[in-house]
Amino acid sequence: MRNISRFFLLMLIAIVAGSAAFAQSAPPAAGPNLTIGLVMVGPYNDHGWSQANYDGVQYVLAKVPGTKLVYIDKANSADRPGTTVSQLGESLVAQGAKLVIFSSDDMTDEAIKFAQDHKDIFVILTSGSQQWKEGKDYKPLPNMINIMGRMEYMKMVAGVAAAMTTKTGKIGFLGPLINDETRRLAASAYLGARYAWVNYLKKDPAKLTFKVTWIGFWFNIPGVTSDPTQVADDFFNSGFDVVISGIDTTEAVAEAAKYTAQGKQVWAIPYDYSKAIDEGKGVSLGVPYFNWGPAYANAAKAAMNGTWKNHFEWNGPDWKNINNPDTSAVGFNKGTLSKEASAAIDKFIDELGKGLNLWTGPLNYQDGSVFLKKGEKATDQQIWYLPQLLQGMEGQSVSK
Amino acid sequence: MRDSRATRLLFKVGAILFALIVTTGVLFLAKAQPFAAYKYITLGALGSWDVVTNVFVSWVPLLLATSGLLVTFTVGLWNIGIEGQITLGAIFTTWAMRLLEHSGWNPTLILMLAVLAGMLGGALWAMLAGALKTFGGVNEIFGGLGLNFVATALNIWLIFGPWKRPGVASMSGTIPFDRSLWMPIAQGSSRLTPATLVMAIVGILVVYAMIEGTYFGLRLKAVGKNARSAHILGIPTWQYMMSSFAVCGIFAGVAGAVQVTAVYHRLIPSISSGYGYLGLMVAMLVGYRASLAAPVALFFAALNVGSIQLPIVLKLDSSLAGVLQGTLVLFVVLGQGVRSRILKKTKVKS
Repeated sequence: MRNISRFFLLMLIAIVAGSAAFAQSAPPAAGPNLTIGLVMVGPYNDHGWSQANYDGVQYVLAKVPGTKLVYIDKANSADRPGTTVSQLGESLVAQGAKLVIFSSDDMTDEAIKFAQDHKDIFVILTSGSQQWKEGKDYKPLPNMINIMGRMEYMKMVAGVAAAMTTKTGKIGFLGPLINDETRRLAASAYLGARYAWVNYLKKDPAKLTFKVTWIGFWFNIPGVTSDPTQVADDFFNSGFDVVISGIDTTEAVAEAAKYTAQGKQVWAIPYDYSKAIDEGKGVSLGVPYFNWGPAYANAAKAAMNGTWKNHFEWNGPDWKNINNPDTSAVGFNKGTLSKEASAAIDKFIDELGKGLNLWTGPLNYQDGSVFLKKGEKATDQQIWYLPQLLQGMEGQSVSK
Repeated sequence: MRDSRATRLLFKVGAILFALIVTTGVLFLAKAQPFAAYKYITLGALGSWDVVTNVFVSWVPLLLATSGLLVTFTVGLWNIGIEGQITLGAIFTTWAMRLLEHSGWNPTLILMLAVLAGMLGGALWAMLAGALKTFGGVNEIFGGLGLNFVATALNIWLIFGPWKRPGVASMSGTIPFDRSLWMPIAQGSSRLTPATLVMAIVGILVVYAMIEGTYFGLRLKAVGKNARSAHILGIPTWQYMMSSFAVCGIFAGVAGAVQVTAVYHRLIPSISSGYGYLGLMVAMLVGYRASLAAPVALFFAALNVGSIQLPIVLKLDSSLAGVLQGTLVLFVVLGQGVRSRILKKTKVKS
């Protein structure tokens, strides 16, 4: 009798300990076949952020045998009223997805709810930082990975392209909504522009205008956001001759093409998607883009072979070749550039590869307070959570 | 032709067939397999316990909106402004939640007060449309439409302004409420909330009982059939119209409260999810009869939830559900028109 009770007691302990361990651990290996579910905030063919993610998973399908894709795009409450993003993720699970990629920072709340509700599903929250131990929003979830590319470098390159091209010394930045990510990207573009302005063109930094206008979201939602077409027009009509786009769609390029066709030469720099320059032949200086393929492929392999561990990754370029599709997480696809601008970009990339760090003091925040003292280098956390724009930039730092 | 139950049924069945034919035609034009589309909609709505619960999650606010609209339709009012009333319900609910979330009060009490606040918000906004009609002579359709735009603008201003997340104004809405302040979710489901199901069921029963079994309902009907005669017979017409607006607003407000406390757990820009407009279609489809509202609303909710499968499996746009819903209403209303025309002719001949 005592033996039986001891047996049951041991069984109970084993069950409790086992379930506790399961709750703390990643889902079991998916094995040789993996269906990947991709949730995109915009249309899968938007020539911007969503398409870059879509192409990233296409890369996985080509490189990792046994993978399959199911996806849902336009996953936002304006396009799919009455649905929630976690519900859309579940629809993909119903189609066999074992790994679900929530490919927008805007899906953070719902992706976390999904990861908590579905501990047996691998989850990637792209551009989030919840699995960053050193981050401010650390919320360990064994089944979640955060992936982001170090786009800051490529925005700097975009800034160099803009500064080397502008005739008026006025560069516009068409911003989405205001948050840590968009602030640091706008600031990176400014740092690149200022570097080229001062070091390559030997001009007075006070004569460089860099203005940020935010539309309110990653793409135009009529009646909700400011119209990016209108914002681009406002830039071009007020003496700005280069607009760097920070939004997920290509209005800035379309407007630049329109103005140039009317005889007013202006330029634009789209964002996110490597082929976004195709739309604005002759006006598009180049595009800083994400190459999600390699990181997604690594995550897929980890899910398949059981080496998945929750973590945060912030992947940089391959300085040997920033446009290498197998090794570089971010790149810059050159468009219509003058010889000088093109050479300046090559030189700048070379300098960055050799250790040039534009996040080095003295740098002040927009309100004049000190960000980095002379010679001080910013930490990853200081860059990721940049609380303000930088001194020398015009535009709102914080949403009012 | 005689106006019998059979002819009415015949017209209804005909309307459904026509709607299916048109939707199938649209599918052919889109070079899609119609039967595959219908199959995946069905599977998407009934294929698993999870999706069935999603259908009920969608059914609750839709049925609440429909319930409210049945009251305004009974007095002959087209309360297009219901979208704005849902939005104001959601705004008032969020306001109450924000006010009380750190109070340390019992979460159930906070949720109850939040729903009450939602009722108040919806009712006030509806009565504004009512007042515009009664005292300003503004047709409720135009007044309601205008107020919908104002409600959306107010909602977006709050999300991007005073109620924004710390340092971030985001389309994904205000910061979510703590899990302790979510409507309790049923065991085994990730979003079904029994409390809201009860609200919807009690709501439609109350409306049914009110319209069919009370003196108040009878008077509402009298005003709806002929406001002038009702007035001559001593029914205070405008007070009844205002009351119906208020009742509808209360229901819309609850729908808004449900969206905030049970579905999104925060205020988002398109918080009404179009349930007001969809509710108008349901009410029209059921011929303004409360007895049929629940099953038809369930069918519409199933179409909405099921159609999510279309872009995933068949790469079709999920707005196909909207095509089916719209044509269904169109043909049913058309059928009623044709039927009454034929009946009139038959009467004249005889």
